[in-house]
Amino acid sequence: MSVTLYILMAPFLAALLSPVLIRFLGHRAVWLLALVPAFVFIHLSGYLPTVAAGEAVTGGIQWVPSLGANLSYLIDGLSLTFALLISGIGTLIILYAGGYLSSHPQLGRFVGFLFLFMGSMLWVVMADGLIALFVAWELTSITSFLLIGFDHNRAASRRAAIQALLVTGAGGLSLLAGVVVLNRISGMTELSLLINGGDVVRDSPYYLLALILVLGAAFTKSAQFPFHFWLPNAMEAPTPVSAFLHSATMVKAGVYMLMRLNPVLGDTAVWETVLPLFGIVTLVTATLLAVRQTDLKLMLAYTTVGSLGLLVMLTGFGSERAIEGAVYYLVAHALFKGGLFMVAGIVDHESGTRDIRKLGGLRKAMPITFAAAALAGLSMAGLPPFIGFIAKEEIYAAIGKGDLWSISLTVLAIFGNALMLVIGAALAIKPFLGAKVETPKHAHEGPVLLWLGPLTLSVMGLLSALFASYSNHFIISPMSTAVAGTGIEAHGVVAFHIGLPLLLSLVTIGLGIAIFWKLDTARLIMARVLHIIGWGPDRGFDQVVAGIVRLSVAITRVLQNGRMEAYMTSVFLVFGISVWLSLIHFGELPAWPSFPSMTFYEWGMMLLALLGLIAVLTAYNRLTAIVSLGIQGFAVAVIFMLFGAPDLSFTQFMVETLSVVILALVMTRLTLNKTDRRPMRETVFDFAAALVAGSAFTALLLAVVGVPFDPALSEFFSANSRVIAHGRNIVNVIIVDFRGFDTLGEIAVVMITGLAIIALIRVKQRKPRFEYELEGPDE
Amino acid sequence: MEIALTLLVGCFFTVSIYLLLSKYIIRVLLGVGILGNAVNLLIFTAGRLEREVPPIIPDGNMVPETVTANPLPQALILTAIVISFSFFAFLLVLAFRSYQDLKTDDTENMRFAEPADEPHPPLGY
Repeated sequence: MSVTLYILMAPFLAALLSPVLIRFLGHRAVWLLALVPAFVFIHLSGYLPTVAAGEAVTGGIQWVPSLGANLSYLIDGLSLTFALLISGIGTLIILYAGGYLSSHPQLGRFVGFLFLFMGSMLWVVMADGLIALFVAWELTSITSFLLIGFDHNRAASRRAAIQALLVTGAGGLSLLAGVVVLNRISGMTELSLLINGGDVVRDSPYYLLALILVLGAAFTKSAQFPFHFWLPNAMEAPTPVSAFLHSATMVKAGVYMLMRLNPVLGDTAVWETVLPLFGIVTLVTATLLAVRQTDLKLMLAYTTVGSLGLLVMLTGFGSERAIEGAVYYLVAHALFKGGLFMVAGIVDHESGTRDIRKLGGLRKAMPITFAAAALAGLSMAGLPPFIGFIAKEEIYAAIGKGDLWSISLTVLAIFGNALMLVIGAALAIKPFLGAKVETPKHAHEGPVLLWLGPLTLSVMGLLSALFASYSNHFIISPMSTAVAGTGIEAHGVVAFHIGLPLLLSLVTIGLGIAIFWKLDTARLIMARVLHIIGWGPDRGFDQVVAGIVRLSVAITRVLQNGRMEAYMTSVFLVFGISVWLSLIHFGELPAWPSFPSMTFYEWGMMLLALLGLIAVLTAYNRLTAIVSLGIQGFAVAVIFMLFGAPDLSFTQFMVETLSVVILALVMTRLTLNKTDRRPMRETVFDFAAALVAGSAFTALLLAVVGVPFDPALSEFFSANSRVIAHGRNIVNVIIVDFRGFDTLGEIAVVMITGLAIIALIRVKQRKPRFEYELEGPDE
Repeated sequence: MEIALTLLVGCFFTVSIYLLLSKYIIRVLLGVGILGNAVNLLIFTAGRLEREVPPIIPDGNMVPETVTANPLPQALILTAIVISFSFFAFLLVLAFRSYQDLKTDDTENMRFAEPADEPHPPLGY
């Protein structure tokens, strides 16, 4: 195992340690725990020069060799950038979580979940083996469920958690199917091999199937319309979760998947139509919905959905420039959105509200937070000199083309970006500038644990743009190369592209400022529109869930109807029919043997047993039935005797006598219905069912005695009973010697039954604890 | 020889299943009692039959002199008889106690665990 493999497992170890450490050291233990992702970050940074030189590193171990499943990793531009974002932002988030939930009694569990997620997410982007990728993908869904539902006392939290789990979990199943299809098409289990064999997949007749399945996974995870609804609801989670999972990392897993498989599935007409279409619809829908919101986190959440739409659109646009733009935007978005979420958390934490209408003038009280918010907000708005600006310029340079498809996409993208600018500005400006507004708590600057994260991320957004040559060389170019599958040299800098991109940027900014001016009006209009529409996928989800519950209740009431004879009938009918069917289907029906020659007393005993059975059936009252039970029991005892089994015979005599006596003693004390009254229809049906099952036993037994007998075991016991076990009665020797432990178990069963019987009898007859209408003969 | 017992086993099973399908606990108990015999006879017959020679080694011999009945099914059945008897006794007491508490031996009315008017599970979260 290489060091990298250990490093990639480190977050899981930290997940185990964090509850313990935090219990003993308090919330300051996060300083110690944050070292884990920091080490991951530093170790992975060591790969930057290698990857920038155009190499991909793979490694790992076999996991399930028979399935071709490996625990292997692939480090190229794409996975390395993602992994650095995850571990870097992860370090800051762990610190931030320590500050945010510093006095929460379950901080340890919370940080543990965060680490679990971090490890899973690292594996999503680093995994080379397709099965490992799927497992990690599902683990992110599960940890996301745990984190969203962290505050499990609130119904809204539980609903959001279940919703996220169901939506992304369904996508995970789709991914599993997609992975299987890809594997069947290409025969490969490793991504690093698959991405070089794209033509095989594209030419396959199953291409469309694989594409739909992969898109099902990516679109649910990355909250594309119409699956976008779970992401805003996931804001029920504590803010560190929203910042980490639901803006910077997990929701980008879908985008990662599309980018990763772009060399395999991309470059087809379907790909270049479906992705931009879903992306642009998501962008416009989400930004419009964002305008409607007044909650800082919800505004951020909807713009995240919009940004994801933009990324999906760019990934599927089909030009190298677009991919470059997507890469710039992905990095920029992770930096500014993660920062802004943390800012929103600080504002909420320190002022007691995150309703944008109740916030204002906080710049003096919270100067550092304001600085972080301003830097991140400007980057989000796409203004120079931030990485968000470079991203926007690159995007416009990529999609600003002459054909109708590009023009319509561009127009919609401008609209979406303008709204994004509005929200970015609103978030960065409104709570901090203007007149001071009284907040529920007296607002003041948060502790260093809180502001360290957002400040670092926003400054990174600035530095990565100012030192663009470095970020281009180490991050953007390798990642774009990995996504496109061909060499791309990124050259974005903080400078205005004179020409179309600049014009489009100016239009965006102008439109944005105009909407910002009338933000309150825009919000009212959107609220009115949504009120008129009334129904949305979020409510649809509730209806689907309620429908599933109703359906399962209906099915349960049919299958589990509470009527014992219905259960029994189905058990015996299924048994009988399946035995008969399989005997007939496989042609194993027993041959009818010749008529047996038996002595008259053997015939007599069988006849007696038969008479006993009939007597039990036809007995008019229960005492007769009980006594008749003895007839067949004794007949069986005599049959044992006739066929050389005296031990069985004696035991049977005793047991049958006891059974009849006890049964008569107990049951005649109760006031019961005398007869077994069944309506004619029931009698016929029950008897038919019993006959099907009973005759199946006969058929089975006939088939068994029809094949030659293998006497190996019996001969062994006969030969060795006296020789090695020193007993003459072979049956007894088997019981007490050869199979002595079986007998011990049997005795234990008898003893336990006896104890249970004593317990049942000794329990005082209580008044029933439940209200239940009972009808009995003696009431 | 086995064929006759095979048919008898079928009769035992049929009768016992018919009783098990009854709504009245006492008949179900009778069915359970017969079911035990049915299974024992099934095992006995599957091990093949041999008339009147118990699997006992005569004094002075180390192995049986002649062909004896198959000892293995006998050992199994001996265990089974005891177990099914204790099972039967337990069921009996259970039926007795449930009658004391529920005042009925009609399974149609014994709906404590699965009441007919069970409330709907919640549709929310």
